Amino acid sequence: MTVDFSRMQAPLPLIEDHGGPQQPLLIASGLRKEFRLSDGLFGGRTVVHAVDDLSLTVGKGETVGIVGESGCGKSTAARLIAGITPADDGEIIFDGESFWTPRARIDGERRRAIQMVFQDSASSLNPRMTLTETLAFGPRAHGVSTEKARAYARDLLGAVGLPPARFAERYPIQLSGGQRQRVNIARALAIRPRLLILDEPVSALDKSVEAQVLNLLVDLRDQLGLSYLFISHDLNVVRYIADRVVVMYLGQIVEEASSADIFAAPRHPYTRALFASKPSPDPRKRVSAPPLTGDPPDPVNPPSGCRFRTRCPIAESVCAASRPPLAAMDVGGTGHRAACWAALPGSGHSLSPRVPASVLGSVQ
Amino acid sequence: MNIHDPLSASARAGASAPILDISGLAVAYRGGAGWTQVVRGVELSLDPGRCLVLLGESGSGKSVTLRAIVGLLREEGAKVEGRVRVGGQDVTSLTSAELLRMRGGRVGFIFQEPMTALDPVFRIGHQIAETIVQHRGVSWREAMAKARELFDLVQIPSAERRLQAYPNELSGGLRQRAMIAMAMSCEPELLLADEPTTALDATVQIQVLLLLREIQKERGTAMVFVTHDLGVAAEIADEVAVMYAGRIVEHGDAGQVLLNPAHPYTRALTNCVVQGSYRDRRLGELTGSPPDVSRLPPGCSFAPRCISRADDCLRTEPARRDMAPGHDVACLHAGSLSASRPD
Repeated sequence: MTVDFSRMQAPLPLIEDHGGPQQPLLIASGLRKEFRLSDGLFGGRTVVHAVDDLSLTVGKGETVGIVGESGCGKSTAARLIAGITPADDGEIIFDGESFWTPRARIDGERRRAIQMVFQDSASSLNPRMTLTETLAFGPRAHGVSTEKARAYARDLLGAVGLPPARFAERYPIQLSGGQRQRVNIARALAIRPRLLILDEPVSALDKSVEAQVLNLLVDLRDQLGLSYLFISHDLNVVRYIADRVVVMYLGQIVEEASSADIFAAPRHPYTRALFASKPSPDPRKRVSAPPLTGDPPDPVNPPSGCRFRTRCPIAESVCAASRPPLAAMDVGGTGHRAACWAALPGSGHSLSPRVPASVLGSVQ
Repeated sequence: MNIHDPLSASARAGASAPILDISGLAVAYRGGAGWTQVVRGVELSLDPGRCLVLLGESGSGKSVTLRAIVGLLREEGAKVEGRVRVGGQDVTSLTSAELLRMRGGRVGFIFQEPMTALDPVFRIGHQIAETIVQHRGVSWREAMAKARELFDLVQIPSAERRLQAYPNELSGGLRQRAMIAMAMSCEPELLLADEPTTALDATVQIQVLLLLREIQKERGTAMVFVTHDLGVAAEIADEVAVMYAGRIVEHGDAGQVLLNPAHPYTRALTNCVVQGSYRDRRLGELTGSPPDVSRLPPGCSFAPRCISRADDCLRTEPARRDMAPGHDVACLHAGSLSASRPD
């Protein structure tokens, strides 16, 4: 399938680039979000630290993948960055300018800059709007005339592989899951964002359709110069689409590296276990023993120090004492970082790499 | 044309009678526009102790086939034809009381979402003991002791405390283990599992898969396992049956089907497994959507999406025929495609 945007007349202008190619498109720093839960009728209040001091950057044209298990805070992180859920603390710099600060409203052009695509393709569409109305809604809200918005909506349908002659007047219920997800992607693109946050966009799709949607996403990114923040629990999907991968565990980033580096040489024991848990489609390469035992702990009461230590095969006393920093794993500056005492020179962990005297000065 | 003979599988394996034998199974549901045929002539035979994976996409009829084995469709108002035998007993002719005795007794069932399968207002231990008392007629005390043993079997730590827990007090992984304990409570000869690990996290999924594999081998329980995930199938299957539009289109040993698929649909499925990076290769695509079973084309149901389609595919519905011993496929041109497999 080919996507051709050059012939399309977009009614909304492109958002101008301010910072130049070296300026990251998105810098999120120190994001924090707590959810307060009522603990039964007479219980006290409990607090879930859904996202705890999360920082990440997305370069221009780059795709950053976030992986982790349920409850690790990856979806909350996405909603904080998009501004859908207000953060308790933290800051977002978008193309060199402050995007939001906690509790401030996002408006105008900035509202357009970041768009989201959700996992459940059915519940994220209005069942009483035709596809044309759905896709025209965003541009109209930004002041485009109904006529222009509808014409563009038809073009967009074609661009995501849904011929408008057949699909323009359909309702979401008349589509398959894969087709609905194409509509969701088109709707996000209709107001010309620069960053697309995709929260498990292919997880609910059949395998044969998953590949179609991933190929479409790669095409759209190349043609429109988009950046993606791609959230998934599926390592193969993240490996395929992402340039850089962030691994989260219980609200915190435990490892971050380029896609090639992290899959070739994961440094955090959780990342290694996650990779080793993935069944291979080759029956000759079966997993002989589970890499981890037990379930992830309750995020209401995370373990002290390193949050992974209760399931970690190499945990030692230092791991319970304090939280390991997300530290650079190489001198070369490839951006491979991990939060593990065992990977940090001079940490006191018995597996911690020994520090050659010559390097000691630069690490301190 | 070599019509698939359901007896050939058991003949191969020696004298042991199959624990499960399905022939000519057809299931239809009544919809807005009359009856919709969702399973169309399934032939299956499974020997004791073996694990068969039913692999397919949504709407392929894999879960319906599984439910037909324990006669669950009768209560859903479905029209069921054909014969299902479990250990020589014809399920389709059983009375409701006999069916109840079979479910949870000879045949255990594990569902995808244990939260909806377990009763939220009873303690886990109580629910398992109840099953044992019902089927075995033993005392509560004995049944609770047995439940305690089962929790050890499924490796639930702090078993005493967990037996007293309500389903919502357990994590997803522990709930699924409790569900397996319940399914194993009357030492079934056949275990039916409907996507039991799909809702679990990756690190928990592999634990539950390995547990099932271990229990199944240790106890010699036969298992039919439904999934859409090739990796999960590869991890647990002795044999794989691929379903498409209500029929089995390919069946054979796990290695044969997953590593050397003969049907164009199975090939496309293995081909669109996401691997590598977008920089290196574009993903193999299967064009179109899974079929609408209420409006199937004449001839081969997969023909509209098939890259190797020929004219006769649109006219003739292919029957299953043997490609190799124990490996059969429902495709008119399967043998001649071997040379042209895309990689």
